[in-house]
Amino acid sequence: MSAEPIAPKPALRRFHQASWDEPLLFELSGEGQRGVLPPLDPAAEEAVRALPAGVRRERRPALPEIGQAQVLQHYLRLSQETLGADLNVDVGQGTCTMKYSPKVNDSFVRMPEVSEAHPLQPVETVQGILEIMHTLERWLCAISGMERFTFQPGAGSAAIYTNLRMIQAYHADRGEERDEIVTTIFSHPSNAACAATLGYKVITLYPGEKGYPDLEALRSVLSERTAALMITNPEDTGIFNPQIDEFVRATHRVGALACYDQANANGILGITRARDAGFDLCHFNLHKTFSTPHAGGGPAAGACGVSADLVPYLPRPTVERAADGADGRARFVLDDDRPLSVGKVRPFYGVTANIVRAFAWIASLGANGLDQVARTAVLNNNYLMTRLLEVPGVEAPYSPGTRRIEQVRYSWRELTDATGITSADIGERAADFGVHYWTSHHPYVVPEPATIEPAESYTKAELDEFVGILAQIAHEARTSPEVVRDAPHASTIHRVRPGEMDRPETWAPTWRAYRAKHRGEQRPEPERWVPGADSPPRVHREPATHR
Amino acid sequence: MARVHPYVPNSAPGVRREMLDAIGVASDEDLYEAVPARLRLAGPLDLPAGIDSEAELVRHVRGLLRRGASTEDFVSFLGAGAFRHHVPSVCDEVNGRAEFLTAYAGETYEEHGRHQALFEYCSLMAELLEMDVVTVPTYDGFQAASTAVSMTGRLTGRREVLVVGAVDPDKLERMATYSAATVDLRPVGSRQDGTVDVDAVLAEITGRTAAVYLETPDFLGRVNAHVGAIARAAHAQGALLVVSADPISLGVLQPPAAAGADIVCGDIQSLGIHLQFGGGHGGYLAVHDDVDLVMELPSRLIGLAPTVVDGELGFIDLAYERTSLAARDEGVEWVGTAAALWGLTAGVFLALHGPDGMAELGGTVLARTRYAIERLRGVPGLTVLAPDEVHFRELVVRLDSGDVGGVLARLADQGILGGVDLTRRVPDLGESFLVCVTELTSREEIDLLAAALTQVLAEGAAA
Repeated sequence: MSAEPIAPKPALRRFHQASWDEPLLFELSGEGQRGVLPPLDPAAEEAVRALPAGVRRERRPALPEIGQAQVLQHYLRLSQETLGADLNVDVGQGTCTMKYSPKVNDSFVRMPEVSEAHPLQPVETVQGILEIMHTLERWLCAISGMERFTFQPGAGSAAIYTNLRMIQAYHADRGEERDEIVTTIFSHPSNAACAATLGYKVITLYPGEKGYPDLEALRSVLSERTAALMITNPEDTGIFNPQIDEFVRATHRVGALACYDQANANGILGITRARDAGFDLCHFNLHKTFSTPHAGGGPAAGACGVSADLVPYLPRPTVERAADGADGRARFVLDDDRPLSVGKVRPFYGVTANIVRAFAWIASLGANGLDQVARTAVLNNNYLMTRLLEVPGVEAPYSPGTRRIEQVRYSWRELTDATGITSADIGERAADFGVHYWTSHHPYVVPEPATIEPAESYTKAELDEFVGILAQIAHEARTSPEVVRDAPHASTIHRVRPGEMDRPETWAPTWRAYRAKHRGEQRPEPERWVPGADSPPRVHREPATHR
Repeated sequence: MARVHPYVPNSAPGVRREMLDAIGVASDEDLYEAVPARLRLAGPLDLPAGIDSEAELVRHVRGLLRRGASTEDFVSFLGAGAFRHHVPSVCDEVNGRAEFLTAYAGETYEEHGRHQALFEYCSLMAELLEMDVVTVPTYDGFQAASTAVSMTGRLTGRREVLVVGAVDPDKLERMATYSAATVDLRPVGSRQDGTVDVDAVLAEITGRTAAVYLETPDFLGRVNAHVGAIARAAHAQGALLVVSADPISLGVLQPPAAAGADIVCGDIQSLGIHLQFGGGHGGYLAVHDDVDLVMELPSRLIGLAPTVVDGELGFIDLAYERTSLAARDEGVEWVGTAAALWGLTAGVFLALHGPDGMAELGGTVLARTRYAIERLRGVPGLTVLAPDEVHFRELVVRLDSGDVGGVLARLADQGILGGVDLTRRVPDLGESFLVCVTELTSREEIDLLAAALTQVLAEGAAA
């Protein structure tokens, strides 16, 4: 018998990213072309002419003029050149919990009752969306053990900020001056950064041998100056800190609050709860654990949960259940009359679309489904770790042999020492196989780091595919390192020439800046600020690169 | 036997067993060995059973949402920070594309298109604003203004920021609490009707002033006609000028930088983003290409860069070292996931409108606002405040007889959302409400509001 006419596919996908060689929008401009025509009031021109000098725009903005189909075509080409989570085995953006965002949930937020609802409509006309917010709040209370939640923060970092504001208000209300925040190096940088923005001194703990800080190290920095402990568990190593309740107790002993960054909650839904470990505050990222799409970097949504003592400080308004309506249905109101509230951390009530999506996701799964989510995410993570550690050159630092929860921060140190290929190089090469790959936040405590988080959405075959890609790249690092070092080869573009446009003298954060610097475009010098004699000297940090 | 949930493929028993065997454990309980028994939740979560059929989920969630209504069901004059402008269909098509919607934080190599679209957003805004540096969006206009005033404290080493004109009280509170470690905000120069006494403002600017902050149009719809004078006075004292402006007005209104603003900020919700019950916000921050100012921006900046292939565009993270992602508490404030998709959407909006579309849109809003002022000031029993000032999109109506809540409720009974009650929000204005008109508000709808107000107020007077 002859071989099949269609040969089997190779073990690894022969991927090539779309590459349209698409010019910038500005180069598509054609004089007089229009993409959309707004309503034109008969008095519009006259109204503009009547504006006083200094109020009326003098120079026509140099926006491009492009027909509608051409604008659409341009952006669709750019969309094809974007590796969305829906397209790939998106386990390489560890800490981001790139789980599947169900399409049906997008259909809900396109309903006019969400998309065209004004936040200040009479409360009787927004009962459905308020019921969803109220119900989701009850559900997150069940998941965390907390008393109340707010969904106002726009994402995880904003939720950290909001929790710190509540911590600040709580202590101020008690007349206590506490000016220090303790956090850990493996907690998201915003835990440290938001604290510093609010004027706190930040104390950062480093991991001990087991991958999390020693209890004694924590005790040694706690004092009557400590406002709060901001900590993640599991941290980005995926190692669960079994002493976490001891950490909380030690924190409480000095009168400080304990705040739980639950960015990595996916593997512990229904397993262990923030309040049961004694935490006073926590936050979830609805775009991570609760499936809302990451939107290319937001809008996302943050949810802050607090214990009873912190409820008065929640951002206002809260959603409250009022007496049932005449129709016998539950009725909901917005309560703005909260004198101890930290105020608003965002206009109105939060990223409503993602509140609706997260509600629908939990509604679909229920208690059993969330249990399956957590257990499967942890199963996937430990399976992937088992398979990946078979690849020569990679290790999982700290507590060898222990199981991990939601992700693992691996190290390619051995491979780098042997070949000179860095973790960043591996990331560039991964693009050739149609997957993402992320190293770590800075600083790199784990050398040559890679953070992988498979969540619950991917099949065993997909996890095997991802391991196969990294195994292939590690093999190339030893046998044909130039292939890795010069990657990508099958992406939209090739490697950026380093050092040419990343300094103030040459950089181009916009096309307008490019024209000024590199095409010599002349413009009138605007009236502008010049530092006064008393202005502090400017000291800029050493340049660093992303990845 | 329970069905395998479509979102959790590896919960199927066969593959589960295979994977557990590969790991070398008997059950998934063994994977939780690190979680001590004392911290384990006893029993299942207190949540309802899942509605795992998609058809039933659709029925349930749509049913809940249909208990509400939207601005489409009314004639709406609601604004006050959330604005109903037309959203071109191409904006929805582009931001609904799964490639953009489900992407996250990839590099230029995996997500070149997302980088280009965001660079183009920043570039289109730069043309509108006449400023060379625009950041990837932050959360909203509140956040952008909060950062802008904080920047001025760091740049000058001074603490005093003078706030000029009407600012949403919620926003002002947010700005004050956010920047408290750096600056103190002090409102100056407002008359009782909320208009600006420019001489009083100029007299307050001294060598202690870090910055003057103003909005144009402001919370009450007034366009500030004195930006140039305030800029010169601030600069003479070594202070900066921060201006918050809605970009939708800039097809016709002078970009603040042209009058001397050093930091320009605001919200981009007007540019192609649906109201979403107040959920559709994004913030922009812009400065001149001055390294000292750029290094004080907390948000990501996307830079154009050449690749090894001639003519090929690449993108890089500019001045990454200043961010908290690189430097934690040593970085500038903090940055995280914010509102990139709305930036991308605003870019599509500006690309569709072009210079002529933005001018026509701005002109129409100006004309409709003027029409509304003229129509409403003819209604007996009310006063349009500061009717001769230039207004954009919003105006304040004061009721001679009070009872704003009652009047708005009676308008709502007639299908008209007449405005946002300011009585508690801005008590200095008396019994007032804020009326918003956009290009979507027809002259006939403005006539309808005037007629309904005339009737409701007459009934009130008769009663």
